[in-house]
Amino acid sequence: MVQIIVNGKSIEVEEGQTVLEACLSNGIFIPNLCFLKDREHPHASCRLCFVEIEGRPAPVPSCTVNVEDGMVIRTDTPEVKRLQKSAFKLIMSGHPCHAKTCPTEKPCTLMKIAKHLGVGLSPKPLEKLERDIPEVVDFGFMFYFPYRCVLCGRCVHVCRTQNEGKPLLTFARRGFDTMVAFFSDPGENVEAKCRSCLACINICPTAALVLKADERKTA
Amino acid sequence: MAKDTKIIETYEKLRGAARKRLEAERAEGIPSIRITMSTCARAAGAEETKKAIEDVLEAQGLNARIISVGCLGHCYAEPLLIIDHPTTGFPPICYYNVDANKAKLICRSYLEDGDPAFEYVLGAMEENDLIPPVTTFPRFSMEQRVVMELCGLIDPWNIDHYLDKDGYSALASALQMEREEIIEIVTKSGLRGRGGAGFPTGKKWKFAFEKSADGKVVICNADEGDPGAYMDRTIIESNPHQLLEGLIICAYAVGADEALVYVRAEYPLAVRTIQHAIEEAREYGLLGENILGSDFSLSVRVFQGSGAFVCGEETALIQSVEGRRGMPQHRPPYPVEKGLWGKPTVVNNVKTLSSVPPIIRRGADWFRSIGTEGSPGTAIFSVVGNVKHPGLVEIAMGTTLRTLIFDICGGIPGKKKFKAVQIGGPSGGCLPEQFLDTPIDFDSLTQAGAMMGSGGMVIMDEDSCMVDVARYFLEFTQKESCGKCTFCRIGTKHLLNILNRITKGEGREEDLETLRQLAEDIKKGSLCGLGKTAPNPVLTSLRYFMDEYEAHVKEKRCPALKCRDLIAYYIDLEKCARGCEACVGSCPVEAIFTTKGRKKAIDQSLCVKCGECMTSCPPEYDAVVKVSPPELAPIIERPPDQQPKRAMDGADS
Repeated sequence: MVQIIVNGKSIEVEEGQTVLEACLSNGIFIPNLCFLKDREHPHASCRLCFVEIEGRPAPVPSCTVNVEDGMVIRTDTPEVKRLQKSAFKLIMSGHPCHAKTCPTEKPCTLMKIAKHLGVGLSPKPLEKLERDIPEVVDFGFMFYFPYRCVLCGRCVHVCRTQNEGKPLLTFARRGFDTMVAFFSDPGENVEAKCRSCLACINICPTAALVLKADERKTA
Repeated sequence: MAKDTKIIETYEKLRGAARKRLEAERAEGIPSIRITMSTCARAAGAEETKKAIEDVLEAQGLNARIISVGCLGHCYAEPLLIIDHPTTGFPPICYYNVDANKAKLICRSYLEDGDPAFEYVLGAMEENDLIPPVTTFPRFSMEQRVVMELCGLIDPWNIDHYLDKDGYSALASALQMEREEIIEIVTKSGLRGRGGAGFPTGKKWKFAFEKSADGKVVICNADEGDPGAYMDRTIIESNPHQLLEGLIICAYAVGADEALVYVRAEYPLAVRTIQHAIEEAREYGLLGENILGSDFSLSVRVFQGSGAFVCGEETALIQSVEGRRGMPQHRPPYPVEKGLWGKPTVVNNVKTLSSVPPIIRRGADWFRSIGTEGSPGTAIFSVVGNVKHPGLVEIAMGTTLRTLIFDICGGIPGKKKFKAVQIGGPSGGCLPEQFLDTPIDFDSLTQAGAMMGSGGMVIMDEDSCMVDVARYFLEFTQKESCGKCTFCRIGTKHLLNILNRITKGEGREEDLETLRQLAEDIKKGSLCGLGKTAPNPVLTSLRYFMDEYEAHVKEKRCPALKCRDLIAYYIDLEKCARGCEACVGSCPVEAIFTTKGRKKAIDQSLCVKCGECMTSCPPEYDAVVKVSPPELAPIIERPPDQQPKRAMDGADS
């Protein structure tokens, strides 16, 4: 166990944890989307979990730093908030919010983050952006809604873990038009295997991956 | 490793044999014609020139040896020929802009009649009493070549040429040193990574050396992707062996048994050249098992990248070699700790590795004597844009921008005024005139808001619109973002959208603040170097050219008269010559009509602002005027009998 000081409060946390994990397990919320506990290497793509650590010149994503004894951390400085808000607004500018028809359980992950940051779900002053990607993609037994997807990459990661390093889900396209795609070897019947897993659907924070059966229910 | 005179003996035998072969060629006394055949020269027509020379030699029964060499770095003068005709008493002569016809003329005149055709001569390659040498020309004399010393002078496809110039002698001496000794020399030399970030090379090697691991890897990063930058390609195409020598020395120093040259597939000639060089080196025992008879073995292979810009970032590069999507990973762990296949991996740029053999050969102190305290050695820039003598320039670090642009590269053509220099490609920044006396080195450039980057340098004259330049670079980085992290993926898209809006005259006043804030957040928040530096063109242009942004937003005016939506062309009726029709035919959309006074005018509703009329208007009239904002153009009614005949006839049939 090591001692760290978060926002002026001293807490005892397990060694080998990331700062993000340590804070979350002690009831200190830090916004995050791409973080997964069992990841060996942090994905660090959502850029929401910034914190300030004493001795470091600039805020760092807390999922990328392991706790050290005596570490002094602040999760609420203006600079941290500014970066978090900025990243969140960027995400929301590419995520049209249809709360009424969205199948996520409310409040959804994004709503919780918005509440924590004290901002709305609108990206203002940024404009809403349209991506040049299909509205819905048929993945066989499930649908993928690119516009809901925030590209946190959790589904790709869990799929890789479930399939011994050879994920069926992966990223496709580039830049702003990046989306998740489903690949399987021709002739391979993955449906049975996938149906017994569904890890990707369960881990998606924005209901971008939905079983076809469930989607019909909500429609 | 024990001091072993066997290594030197083996090397000297190799070099001796190479020299003997070349000596035998020289002894024949026939003229040699060196022609630049790098990608840039080929684009300028070198293949036709070479064909013409072959034809004329055959037709006239002339005896000469044609040697294809790489690039001399003088792009404005491509294709270049260097003819050495020893029996005439003239020194080797360099000819410039030699197209097929000139080549025939020069060959016949010089080889047949012994007349060097002075009108096409750029200069002599050696000091002499007959022809002014090229070194009287600042573009040659003010450069200082370490990495590019042999580029354009030796045959990159013949290892003998490199051996003849003491090539691989640094490897031979390195193999006799202790590994720590080599790292010590490189550290002392102060060599910093030439890929852009300027990380001390010796330090990187030391980290990798100190890691104990089953295998280590050295990767040469030749994934050059900045628009307008082509140093790495040219070095590989012109002198691949110097790079290989550096690579082998690096591998030996850190204890690697595997090396990769990561070249993009869009560089087919560079790929073939380096592959051929690797084969030659292997045949000569400079690669493979027991190099030069030592107990050090190394295999090198070429990996062809698919051209994603972000794969120049070392972690993304490693991902792509492993067969994954080229996306940068969070560092640490750095590749020197855990790189390709989990092994400690040194990733070094082409120019960094090519700097190593001269350092080993001539010592750390010699290298330190060039350049500045913090950035020793030389910098290579591909200078392009509005400059008289563009091309590759290798200068000592610490040379000022003014010297480079005005003294070495000849300044701005056409009596135009200098406006800005964009350094470091899409990750760099635009510096205005007041920074011309900034010395070129890693730290000064970063301080000014630009960066060394990989060495792209675009010179811009008064006709360049800085908002448009920022937009251009953002369009590039936006397209090349891998899509992983929020700031780069979505943030750069917003920057680009706002810049697009501003150049179209739809900018709002709050846009400027949004632009600045967002750019700063992207810089601070992004995951990798691409995202962290992508806003630099925006931030520097906002800092130094705010007045241009304001003119676009507040007055809907483009001061450089560049942004198409903010300009208009009109014809000054005072200057227009009655009856002249020059502009009419040049207009692609029939926007030009004849006024009642039999002069010409432009129908603004049809004009697409291509500027053809301005080009075609005879200079003695010079009647076409470009203005911004477009409202400044006087409106002239189009007479009813002058309606355009839509040139659609026959389009459907």
